[in-house]
Amino acid sequence: MLNTLLKPVLLLSVVVLALSACGKKEEAPVGAAVEQAVVVKIGAVSPLTGAQSHLGKDIESGIRMAIDEANVSGVTLGGKKVTFELASEDDMADPRTATIVAQKLVDEQIKGVIGHLNSGASIPASRIYSDAGIPQISPASTAVAYTAQGYKTTFRVMTNDAQQGKVLGEFAVKTLGGKSVAIIDDRTAYGQGLADEVAAVVKAAGGSVVAREFTTDKSTDFMAILTAIKGKKPDVIFFGGMDPQGALLVRQMKSLGLSAKLLGGDGLQSSNFLTLAGADAEGTYASSPGQPLALMPGGNEFSEKFNAKHGVIQIYSPYAYDATRAMIDAMKRADSATPANYLPELVKTNFTGVTGPIAFDDKGDILGGAVTVYQAQGGEWVVAK
Amino acid sequence: MDIFLQQLINGLVLGSVYALVALGYTMVYGIMELINFAHGEVTMVGAMVALAVIGAIVASGVGMPVLLVMVCGLAAAVLVCAALGFTIERIAYRPLRNAPRLAPLITAIGISIILQNLAMLIWGRQYITFPPILEIERYNIGGATITSIQILIVLLSAAIMVGLLLLINRTQMGRAMRATAQNRRVAGLMGVNINSVISMTFVLGSILAAVAGVMVCAYYGMAHYYMGFMLGLKAFTAAVLGGIGNVGGAVLGGLLLGVIESLGAGYIGPLTGGFMGSHYQDVFAFMVLILVLVLRPSGLLGERVAERP
Repeated sequence: MLNTLLKPVLLLSVVVLALSACGKKEEAPVGAAVEQAVVVKIGAVSPLTGAQSHLGKDIESGIRMAIDEANVSGVTLGGKKVTFELASEDDMADPRTATIVAQKLVDEQIKGVIGHLNSGASIPASRIYSDAGIPQISPASTAVAYTAQGYKTTFRVMTNDAQQGKVLGEFAVKTLGGKSVAIIDDRTAYGQGLADEVAAVVKAAGGSVVAREFTTDKSTDFMAILTAIKGKKPDVIFFGGMDPQGALLVRQMKSLGLSAKLLGGDGLQSSNFLTLAGADAEGTYASSPGQPLALMPGGNEFSEKFNAKHGVIQIYSPYAYDATRAMIDAMKRADSATPANYLPELVKTNFTGVTGPIAFDDKGDILGGAVTVYQAQGGEWVVAK
Repeated sequence: MDIFLQQLINGLVLGSVYALVALGYTMVYGIMELINFAHGEVTMVGAMVALAVIGAIVASGVGMPVLLVMVCGLAAAVLVCAALGFTIERIAYRPLRNAPRLAPLITAIGISIILQNLAMLIWGRQYITFPPILEIERYNIGGATITSIQILIVLLSAAIMVGLLLLINRTQMGRAMRATAQNRRVAGLMGVNINSVISMTFVLGSILAAVAGVMVCAYYGMAHYYMGFMLGLKAFTAAVLGGIGNVGGAVLGGLLLGVIESLGAGYIGPLTGGFMGSHYQDVFAFMVLILVLVLRPSGLLGERVAERP
């Protein structure tokens, strides 16, 4: 019996050894070519597997582009030529995994982190980076709590939920004329944070929240909660969550004959949402922090470069690109890649990135982050306000 | 009242999907006493293959009737999944047939992870959409809406269950399956070819998974390499709820789970005065499962069987 159990295990370990040997062989020539240069590792963390992996990959590609460009142009820190290296990790959009990979990156002595995507992952991981003194810039997390913890190493280039929720709540009541609003969230730090903010603003603006329903970030069936909402006859349904669920939600709204307008945050404002929801996407409103790609200072140029190398932009790659540039820029000004040395420079960041002016306030939030509301029209996101 | 009816319809449709997948779990368990955790992933592969074929036909611009396109997609999914089921049993379970119970359980989980990652490599991380070829009719029954595809799901899973019951109780193959389920060694001595019966069980289970996968992606309009995981988990719960190993039980369990989830999500909030919201729908479903297992450990329709040596 022991034998039957041992054989596969032995076989497996041989395979694993063989594979890892292959990995090393491939790396060898790269290492030899840049022998003289000092390697600076920059961590990139986002969900690369699971339901949000397309968004995670979007972030990783944005970071990779910034790093590749820096390497091509050549950076010298402290008199030594430097090569930036991407240390990419998968947090599976899961808070627990996020802390594990954060610790792994810290142990690998990375000099800075761009990530994570989900607020629920960014928040627990930020403590680990803070303890190690490693700067973290999130290109996507919008929960207010992320920068409100008092850590000096925590930054973001994305407008936070308080700013976004205010715009969305007022849009629902004033622009859409929604007297009764139903609110659904996916119970993640992002979805819940945004939905709570919208609920508060809707009430303050004179609207009423007639239903408050919940789902998860892995659900596919929303018929039950939509049926419950249908009974309340709301004018507007707000969904705090990501695009796969949003697309299913709008499809199921249509099949139930719900005529309320769907409004969402930046998680819905992706090209993926339009593809997934197809014709049912028509008329959906969704906001996005910052400006549309076409209105971004470097939007067109960026999307050309990005499309040639990595395909379609989902949402976050321009932000990930700017976040990485902000970090490398701070290192250049400090003439050092040591976190303690370049952190004071990172705080003073001030340049015009692809997404707009990049500068941080005293909490690490982006200064003057704009919010734009879009509507899906004929398979495209068109600026609604 | 119309809302209650709508919730009931929602639950029945969701439950029929669970039931279709649960049938595959229960068949394999009934014969092998093995929980085939890769079953959810086989469902996913079925959905992906069907979408790839349907997408290719639609993209090629051949003017085929919608029904024929669907049948082509379904046939491709069934073929691939049948081959997949056969292969999985051959490489992951057969070598471990006499090993401790834990070993095939671990290979099952291994296979499920491998399939997920293979699907991710082949079809990418993107959600894949179902081409908008289906004309979805909406019908009104007493204030509730039901779509043509929902009716199709319910009818199809009912037909498949009846077919499966007939196959197991009325055919030579079914008799061989029942004999193998009762006692593998003795059945072998009586001239039943156990290897082919077990292979056949996996092939049949995988075909059911393929059908379920195609229905799910046609209903929700999209597929994703990760979709098999939660579906598999829910279907497994349904199979246990109904009494694992029992074909009727899988269907009953699936329908019950669907209805409980649906009614739970719709009514927990108002019933508890907002103390518990619709995010407790899964908790509610699993609580029912725990209750059933405490009061009737063999499931609703399961027979009490003595532990086999």
